[in-house]
Amino acid sequence: MGNIMAIFGKEMRSYFGSPIAYVMAGVFLLFSGFVFRNQLLEFHDMSVYLKLAEREEKILLNVNTEVVTPFFEFQTFIWMIVIPMLTMRLYAEEKRGGTYELLMTSPITSAQILIGKFLACYVLYLLIEAMAFGYIGVLSMHAQLDWGPIFSGALAVVLIGATFISVGILASSLTENQIIAAVLSFFFLILLWIIDWAAWFASDIFFVILKFLSLIEHTRDMIHGVVDTHDVVFFISAAAFFLFLTHIVLESRRWRA
Amino acid sequence: MIEVDRLTKRYGAFTAVDDISFQVGKGEIVGFLGPNGAGKTTAMRVLTCFLPATEGTARIAGYDIFDNPLEVKKRIGYLPELPPLYRDMHVRTYLEFVAKIKGVAPKESRRRIDEAIAQCGLVDRTEQLIGHLSKGYRQRVGLAQAILHDPEVIIMDEPTSGLDPNQIIEVRQLIRELAQERTVILSTHILPEVEMTCNRVIIIHEGKIVAVDTPENLTAHTRDTTRFFVRISGDVDIAAKAIATIDGVSDVTRANNGLHVHWPAEADLSAAVSARIVELGMGLVEMKREAMSLEEIFHALTMHEEEV
Repeated sequence: MGNIMAIFGKEMRSYFGSPIAYVMAGVFLLFSGFVFRNQLLEFHDMSVYLKLAEREEKILLNVNTEVVTPFFEFQTFIWMIVIPMLTMRLYAEEKRGGTYELLMTSPITSAQILIGKFLACYVLYLLIEAMAFGYIGVLSMHAQLDWGPIFSGALAVVLIGATFISVGILASSLTENQIIAAVLSFFFLILLWIIDWAAWFASDIFFVILKFLSLIEHTRDMIHGVVDTHDVVFFISAAAFFLFLTHIVLESRRWRA
Repeated sequence: MIEVDRLTKRYGAFTAVDDISFQVGKGEIVGFLGPNGAGKTTAMRVLTCFLPATEGTARIAGYDIFDNPLEVKKRIGYLPELPPLYRDMHVRTYLEFVAKIKGVAPKESRRRIDEAIAQCGLVDRTEQLIGHLSKGYRQRVGLAQAILHDPEVIIMDEPTSGLDPNQIIEVRQLIRELAQERTVILSTHILPEVEMTCNRVIIIHEGKIVAVDTPENLTAHTRDTTRFFVRISGDVDIAAKAIATIDGVSDVTRANNGLHVHWPAEADLSAAVSARIVELGMGLVEMKREAMSLEEIFHALTMHEEEV
């Protein structure tokens, strides 16, 4: 535990001691804030228009589905770009700078290093996310919000972040070049994101498999307010799976040829 | 303290370390000497549990490097060729981090860090960013990192490479101080360095141990013969034949633009050689004594062993 905290503290200091944490938080908050603002203005225009039109049939306008849901959907998309930049340095930088030799020749296991690094990145992710929830907080002062879908959306964000980060860490453990690590994880996340497009052209069993592997498919219900345990299990096991793969990659160097 | 038993490390078809065995006793300073690419770094990386051995094993302080890596790592301080430093950390912060991962008890930590800082002459640099330090000071931080947890064994890979002459003297001095109560293995490709720091030298060439000897004996080998480089104006082949007939000259070989002339160390044939060149009516452009290169020492040593 002490070893995990040592690595965690070092990574945190590194994130906040350099511009990375601030720049990435800024990028994320700027884009997600922009989307939030656009959705809000659109919602406003629509409600004004409906009022003026004085239409016979009542159209239900819901601030949750018009503003909050698209906000969550767009967030996960921005994270696909931001997270590779947070994870790319975790192993690649240590390998390039020779400090990996220090870690690996210290009485600390590679699993402890991995968990410490994962937790540091995850806590940073959750901190930035928490700031984005400020937008919803402001909205709640002026609108009647349905908190159920907001909590389930928050759960989706918490879960998918762990998966994204574990994919990014795996990419970082494969190379000593940070750019390659970022591109690899970016590529892999997009692939996992859009894999269900391919599903439409596949048949039977492949349709089911591809559909199941798609990250977008597993977030959709949760963002709309339906928490299904199989989605929760999917994300937790996906994160665990990629971390396990990373562990194998790191340990394999120590296997006897 | 260190027992290496038939250790072999292969990278695919390439054998970096080939069946080496040796022992190092407590308190010894042992130098790995060999040209670049001889397998020194690989051997050290295997001993520090950074790389696995393909065959064979080693025990450090009684613990097997393959079965008990954590116990081995607790007892080893390692300074790789490139000091493993985080450039964006301050010296003290860095050492605090290293103390944590090296398993220094929190109560001990402060005292150990202060000691290491004092020993490595870093007292007035503790608040500086490592990235702003000169190469010599970075090497000191690397050394401080290696001794921080008071290890029984210190392994250093080319501790003086890339330093200027003053820094080299300081670092060698430091190594001797640190070695007083510890067992040290260091690698180098510079012969005088082992003379100055080590009790024993292990010469590695192409992954194999070529010789194990004291530095005194080793340099004695190289002093058996004297070698002169001679540059002449005129036909080099004729001159070579003429010089070879001088009584006492043991060998004459062609070197680039001139000749290498060897004779036993106790004789001084420089006058005879220059006189012979002048007799031939040729010009003596240059004549200088040359030190034997490391490769030639290996050659001499291997020849020597075959003769015996």
